[in-house]
Amino acid sequence: MKACGTVHKYGDNVDTDVIIPARYLNSSDGNELAKYCMEDIDKEFATRVKKGDIMVANKNFGCGSSREHAPLAIKCAGISCVIAETFARIFYRNAINIGLPIIECPEAAKEINAGDTVSIDFDSGVITDETTGKSYQGQAFPPFMQKIIKAEGLMNYINENNQ
Amino acid sequence: MGMTMTQKILAAHAGLESVSAGQLIEADLDMVLANDITGPVAIHEVAKLNKKTVFDKDKIALVPDHFTPNKDIKSAEHCKCVREYAKEHDITNYFEVGEMGIEHALLPEKGLIVAGETCIGADSHTCTYGALGAFSTGVGSTDMGAGMITGKAWFKVPSAIKFVLTGKPNKWVSGKDIILHIIGMIGVDGALYRSMEFTGDGIQYLSMDDRFSISNMAIEAGAKNGIFPVDEKTIAYMEEHSVKKYTVYEADEDAEYDETITIDLSKLEPTVAFPHLPENTKTVSEAGEVKIDQVVIGSCTNGRIEDLRCAAKVLEGRHIAKGIRCIIFPATQSIYLQAIEEGLIQTFIKAGAVVSTPTCGPCLGGHMGILAAGERAVSTTNRNFVGRMGHIDSEVYLASPAVAAASAVTGKISEPAELGL
Repeated sequence: MKACGTVHKYGDNVDTDVIIPARYLNSSDGNELAKYCMEDIDKEFATRVKKGDIMVANKNFGCGSSREHAPLAIKCAGISCVIAETFARIFYRNAINIGLPIIECPEAAKEINAGDTVSIDFDSGVITDETTGKSYQGQAFPPFMQKIIKAEGLMNYINENNQ
Repeated sequence: MGMTMTQKILAAHAGLESVSAGQLIEADLDMVLANDITGPVAIHEVAKLNKKTVFDKDKIALVPDHFTPNKDIKSAEHCKCVREYAKEHDITNYFEVGEMGIEHALLPEKGLIVAGETCIGADSHTCTYGALGAFSTGVGSTDMGAGMITGKAWFKVPSAIKFVLTGKPNKWVSGKDIILHIIGMIGVDGALYRSMEFTGDGIQYLSMDDRFSISNMAIEAGAKNGIFPVDEKTIAYMEEHSVKKYTVYEADEDAEYDETITIDLSKLEPTVAFPHLPENTKTVSEAGEVKIDQVVIGSCTNGRIEDLRCAAKVLEGRHIAKGIRCIIFPATQSIYLQAIEEGLIQTFIKAGAVVSTPTCGPCLGGHMGILAAGERAVSTTNRNFVGRMGHIDSEVYLASPAVAAASAVTGKISEPAELGL
């Protein structure tokens, strides 16, 4: 599995309230939520983002609320992967459970610039900044999580294991 | 090697003799919780499962508390979805408007969680029940849905930071001031993926309501859970509220901690977190002149009876400053009724505050107290992120009920001492 796209870059502690503000939580439709994704810190994001693009941020990405609407909004906006220095733990679980690929890599998070073209190989965890030519080794998922991702989410994984 | 208190609870629920940090386990759940925002997503997800029946109708709690009483048509549809699911599956612990409260005040009050249990909730502040000596943590809707059907959840066993609380806090220093101080010290990711285990002789001076506030905000330091040892106060609380059998776990003496942080509670002062992160803390005495427009007292962090008593002590015989809106939310119907019986509500209304039915409303910018551009609020809630309570150009300052009430009287960030209290 691979992803390749243009980078949208953010800083530390991007919280779930800015990823998808609570005023839109009266909907749980991913495509509806995607229209407002990131609008409180990046008004143009929803119109600028293209399918396959990549989000890069620094530490503690997704902190705050447990709302699964946050990774869902990012996924439905077209983002193919989020790279961060670290993720908040509930966001981390939620992203895996709904099938939004995420990868921790402090060096890549720091060095990759907005607008760069980046590709990611999920099997090896290798992140390549095609613009600068530099490669980074991201943290690969433990085997247990790989099984959930391979099943395309927790619900399918449970179905497969209960058969 | 010894285990932390959290690790012992997890080991027991995974059927293992021992566990160690980093290990992936599957644990049995004693309680699985969702609300009107996260519940519908979970219900939609579980429809994908082959197995449709819930694992135990008594071990699921569905609490429509966020956008209730229904704030608009879409919210009404979400509540209806949760209500119908609860009815279809005969969920014992579904709480309708009129009997509900803010989930993290309601579940302990109804005795649904006791020491030694494991709980997941599709709400980040599910970590509140650590105050009772239980393992409880927030998850997303899919995890919650899976837990509701299977009765199990997977966890990576966390390492821990040990907080040794010593000494007796001064007058007007509450659990809220303690946790704000801690978050200011370690940062909003200071306990990321880890447990916060509280211990020390200072705990004896903390009421259950103080402890609920502290555990509640463990998530604001990124923690998986925040847990207290079980003492006489915990046991008295559980015996008053629950018929469930509890189990007391204690950390092993040789338990390994990533770090140990000692805090002398007697040195702490009323504390406030400036926008836009809970880690931006200052003591009120360092805050300077910060004029405000609104005060919110309530939420899963600070809407309990002691919080209301504390606010009433400050507001008794005083009046909210002209032009300031003070909105008070008792966290549950039972707390609301008790506040009426104790005369607290009378004090609030005479002081010029409004009192609302229990709801999470303003805390997350849902309804019942939204801020306009440029407005500032002092709030006893738990997050002050950009746009959290309304317009992206509004500001939220997090504080204790005492500081919030004093600020309502003066119209700027203040502590009770400024009123001669």
